[in-house]
Amino acid sequence: MSKEEGYKKLIKKVILLIFVLFSLFLLTGGLIVYYTINPSFFNNNTESNITINIPIDEDEDRIENGIHLRTGLIDDEGLMTVVNNCTNCHSSKLIIQNRMTTERWNTTIKWMQETQNLWDLGKNQEVIVNYLVTNYPPKDIGRRAPLQNINWYELKE
Amino acid sequence: MSHSYCNISNKPKVLEIVIYTDFLLRTYNLIILKRRDFINKATLSSFATLIGADIIFGSNLLEGYTPVAIQNPDPFKLFNKHKDMIVLNDKPWNIEAQAHLLDDKITPNSCMFIRNNGLVPEGIDAKKWTLTIDGESVKKNKTYTLAELKSKFKQYTYQLTIECGGNGRSEFNPTAKGNQWTVGAVHCASWTGVRLRDVLNDAGIKKNAVYIGFHGVDVHLSQDPTKEPISRGCPMQKALQDETLLAFKMNGEDIPLIHGYPLRLVAGGWPASVSGKWVNRISIRDKVHDGTKMTGDAYRIPCNPVAPGEKVKDKDMCIIESMPVKSLITYPKSGAIIKEGRSLNIRGHAWAGELEVAKMEYSIDFGSTWKSCTIEKPSNRLAWQHFNASVSFPKKGYYEIWAKATDTNEKAQPMLLPGWNPKGYLNNACHRIAVKVN
Repeated sequence: MSKEEGYKKLIKKVILLIFVLFSLFLLTGGLIVYYTINPSFFNNNTESNITINIPIDEDEDRIENGIHLRTGLIDDEGLMTVVNNCTNCHSSKLIIQNRMTTERWNTTIKWMQETQNLWDLGKNQEVIVNYLVTNYPPKDIGRRAPLQNINWYELKE
Repeated sequence: MSHSYCNISNKPKVLEIVIYTDFLLRTYNLIILKRRDFINKATLSSFATLIGADIIFGSNLLEGYTPVAIQNPDPFKLFNKHKDMIVLNDKPWNIEAQAHLLDDKITPNSCMFIRNNGLVPEGIDAKKWTLTIDGESVKKNKTYTLAELKSKFKQYTYQLTIECGGNGRSEFNPTAKGNQWTVGAVHCASWTGVRLRDVLNDAGIKKNAVYIGFHGVDVHLSQDPTKEPISRGCPMQKALQDETLLAFKMNGEDIPLIHGYPLRLVAGGWPASVSGKWVNRISIRDKVHDGTKMTGDAYRIPCNPVAPGEKVKDKDMCIIESMPVKSLITYPKSGAIIKEGRSLNIRGHAWAGELEVAKMEYSIDFGSTWKSCTIEKPSNRLAWQHFNASVSFPKKGYYEIWAKATDTNEKAQPMLLPGWNPKGYLNNACHRIAVKVN
């Protein structure tokens, strides 16, 4: 009898052990799955690792005085197509600085597709180029423009 | 200030791929990689998800380098620049000086222009930095640590004028594509390093060597790790000059990150793009180097003069070598108002690419008459030269002071824009400042 009881106790112990191990396994598994989905949960310092400047504006595409604030681009037909296709790799500052004809913009787009990984713009290309030549048309500045934006000041020596 | 690069665009397909890749990456990292590594990569990939899927290649980025894509929005603090510097572009960073900021004989970091073709690398460890010499025309590939370069080869210090090929682009008509530099994409700092020649000779140069091409660790704007933002070079003759350095110090200190820390090329007198930043490999080529921005319209001009706006065939474009003669009036700042009867002391710098400036003149009547300035000898070859003059004005009124340098080949700066070219390079027209006499 005592031998049988002892055996039963052993079995119970083994079952308990298996149960505990299985629970631990489940718990670990669960944690791993959770960790996969939300790794930052276990890292209190994650916040300092990820510093991303998300515009605080509720409307990140806010327009004031005809200017798209986030990019500085003029608000006109095609604006968001330009923003979405042309400000991913480079800043809008590069667009605003440059004034070109339809032909030269198309050449530039082709160059960006060949060397800068720009995607096929499809029908959007016409929208984009129309926007650019309408809002940033070439200016004839002659062979040498007069000095501009002079900030006058008294020179003391 | 808000940021164009936090743009969440509607590219659902790419986003899907990124989320999928992101998941795989996380699982992979969880199982295989260490936790710290994991967090870095997970951060990068969640970051990609956030900004709209542009860092598709995030996990493939060069080990140890992360792009400064999202960074301190204040470039003046970020790069220790003077508040009057002009930001032309913030992705990639392109910042220029104004003439009056360049008054120092040796340009301090705060007033040096910044030109980038790609994204600034981050997380550089100088202790682990190596430079490899390879290419068709090297006798044997050789790799040096930074410490080896510093100890094995003799060090030299030179003041070297570096000017962006596109400095002055904004004045071309028809307009030329690119950052619209005015006058401030030039500087003359003091550079310390080893001669490129000594290192190339140590590795061994084959007789058929034609050109060198540099490679750096900056990141392509598209984040594509298979693309280099810029990989230019120069003919062997320039590479082997005394003053062509592999530099690790600028004005006596470690080169600031934005100017190429921990190692860069410095080739004075040639377009600044020859002076590659963050250089970790130099190839000795048996042909003209064909890296990024060596071909097409980049740093090339029509071999023969063309009419403004004319189309130029690729085969008719030639690589820019020495920069042309040029000068800047750095004092006073344009816009000075002075009292009648007072003379005005002006000063500035002049340089002439591979050559020296032989003569320096100024005009207060739009080039009708010229008077000479005192011009100093350069402190070493390829350093800019300092000039000064005392200017008197005959009567009250509006004046412009024009500066004109002439090089040792008797070529002077033009008063109007020089020959038009598709990308607007080499504008060396006379610098002008406005003065009023009351």
